[in-house]
Amino acid sequence: MDVDFTNEDQAFRAEARKFIEENYPKHLIGADRGDLSKEDFLAWHKILAEKGWVAPSWPEEFGGTGWSVTQKYIWNEESAAFGTIPPLPFGVAMLGPVIYTFGNQAQKDWVLPGIKSGETWWCQGYSEPGAGSDLAGLKTRAVRDGDDYIVNGHKIWTTLAQHADWMFCLVRTGTEGKPQAGISFLLIDMNTPGITVRPIITIDGGHEVNEVFLEDVRVPAEHLVGEEDKGWTIAKFLLGNERSGIAGVARSKKAIDRLREIARGELEDGAPLLESASFARKISELEIDLTALEYTELRTLASESKGQGPGPESSILKIKGTEIQQRITELTMEAVGNYASPWVPQLDRGDNYLSIGPDHAEGVSQTYFNTRKTSIYGGSNEIQRNIIAKMVLGL
Amino acid sequence: MDFSFTEEQTLLRNMVQSFVQDNYDFDSRMKIVRSEEGMSREIWGQFAELGLLAAPFSEELGGLDGGPIDIMVIMEELGRGLVVEPYLPTVVLCGGILSRHASPAQQEANLPGILGGESIWALAYSEPQSRFNPADVLTSAKADGEGYVLNGTKAVVAAAPWADKLIVSARMSGEQRDHNGIGLFIVDKSAAGVSTQDYPTVDGNRASEVTFENVAVSGDALIGSPDTGLSILEEALDHGIGAICAESLGHMKSLNDATVEYCKTRKQFGVPIGSFQVLQHRMVDMFMEYEQSVSMTYMVNMKLSEGEDERKKASSGAKVQIGKSGRFVGQEAVQLHGGMGMTEELSVGHYFKRLTVIDTQFGNVDHHLKRFASA
Repeated sequence: MDVDFTNEDQAFRAEARKFIEENYPKHLIGADRGDLSKEDFLAWHKILAEKGWVAPSWPEEFGGTGWSVTQKYIWNEESAAFGTIPPLPFGVAMLGPVIYTFGNQAQKDWVLPGIKSGETWWCQGYSEPGAGSDLAGLKTRAVRDGDDYIVNGHKIWTTLAQHADWMFCLVRTGTEGKPQAGISFLLIDMNTPGITVRPIITIDGGHEVNEVFLEDVRVPAEHLVGEEDKGWTIAKFLLGNERSGIAGVARSKKAIDRLREIARGELEDGAPLLESASFARKISELEIDLTALEYTELRTLASESKGQGPGPESSILKIKGTEIQQRITELTMEAVGNYASPWVPQLDRGDNYLSIGPDHAEGVSQTYFNTRKTSIYGGSNEIQRNIIAKMVLGL
Repeated sequence: MDFSFTEEQTLLRNMVQSFVQDNYDFDSRMKIVRSEEGMSREIWGQFAELGLLAAPFSEELGGLDGGPIDIMVIMEELGRGLVVEPYLPTVVLCGGILSRHASPAQQEANLPGILGGESIWALAYSEPQSRFNPADVLTSAKADGEGYVLNGTKAVVAAAPWADKLIVSARMSGEQRDHNGIGLFIVDKSAAGVSTQDYPTVDGNRASEVTFENVAVSGDALIGSPDTGLSILEEALDHGIGAICAESLGHMKSLNDATVEYCKTRKQFGVPIGSFQVLQHRMVDMFMEYEQSVSMTYMVNMKLSEGEDERKKASSGAKVQIGKSGRFVGQEAVQLHGGMGMTEELSVGHYFKRLTVIDTQFGNVDHHLKRFASA
């Protein structure tokens, strides 16, 4: 048993790091996700696309890098350590694999290049007001009418739909049998008449998620992916991909470094907060939790390298990863003391915005509030525990 | 032993409760929070008419002869409505200091304005470097003839944007964190040399950074003496703790009620999600945290008038309880509401945010664990 990387892997790490350092857009270093414009989100994506590194997980024939499981891990680690804004998951991580696995040739030809180049911004039309954890309960209807489907329904929690050109969407085409039967996977142009996007402002004051209303939206039938009524298989396949990388170990490491830096700058009775026994203890507990998660992820990685796909164990990574992220944001907020209170949401900042208190305190509460979502989205942590109970423990 | 409320206290509760229900539903509250000023002078005037601003003061000061238990009842009901009007800083903190420690002349000059609703007060005691230690005071007050000159900056002063009067802690002698040599001064916010940077806070309130630059005050602006300033301040902060513990009970009760209701009606997999045992137990834990917090809130408010050591231990103990319980209840209420709990549109997130600030206000769990241990 050993956890060292091979010389080859070390060389790859150096190459990856060098590329990021030399090419990452300077104006986006340390940028907060809440501040980003559509162009900002796509800037690094486009540089990676040019280099051919935007979709490492894809098969080489569709533009993947051919990296080993370990190399992909290293790439993610280096990206996170630098704090890059990773390519948006909707195209590269979610839809891409669906298209090259289930799509027809025509779909592969037009969808995949747009994802890679960043030209087409995709959003995910999955959840509905009545279908969250119970996704198969979705009600958005698509009825065949000649060469088109006519779609009516209501999607919710659609992340960054305000920027989206297209949406991949789960719709109900059949009402017979189990709810899982009768679901289809449809690609919808967001510029089609009948689509309304309504912002949802979250408790951190940000606009990340939306409701999407579909009223008599005509969708050409050629935009059906796979077979009609067989979309549930695709939906599950996509959610399986969504979970990989969800542990966020490298990003959490970076966040703990920042927490320590903040605690070094904050004073308690004239001494750095970092020297407070009780606060230092909390940081240590967090680091130990994160070390355990890192080794759990490495164990998963090792079995993946041997060809065993990520199983239901990936639910452990999701639960522990998000709990750690939430704890980090909580402690960071605690570190800044009274200066956690000022509320200056991104949307409310004018040109004459003056920061309140130390720079490192800015936005820490908003981040704490925003991060509460992580135990809710991507299959809530309660659902993840159900998966482990059922699939791993056989209960 | 008796944990029951007097008839007057029950009437007081009913009155505040129906006032909040009739005038301060969630939509009205958000309108007030988002308004230019961020509070309603009209509501404040109604508080005065209802006698809420006079409730805790003695009859000889023009009050209704209540005490910490009456404040507790009021704050709990204000908490249910997430009321932002500055009852805590004006009545509990500053009014409390004036009623207990100011000279008859100072009381006569200042209390009628508070009781009548004409004047709003803020307690300016924390500083950029002071974290939760009220003795960590760099703001200085230097004797100048008959009066004093104040210089320094106060941080995150709750309600200061609305206030016309401030009580300011300032160092008259000694080193930065010495317990002696801190004076409390009554300062007009409009006095020359006082400037503020106003901003909203995450819980829907407003606060300011307040800077004093050669602010001249008269000799009778000093409350008590330089030897008693810190103990007067600490006592006031403990009364503040008693009050926000009660306020947080209002939040936790509202969150627990909303969560149980939501889990009874929200259906997934064809059944109400409240039928899942794992969620039932979570709500039971939230309920128990609330009950433990009720106990500690009663405890602290009964002990605020005891000796200093007992008062400190009681308020720090209660604050630790409320900090932990409030965090648990707030986080779980959001979690059990799923995505909906994350939205600005539901009151759940707003209760959660106020509870988050309460955890820090007057010192967080760590601070009060240490204070409890050393009291």
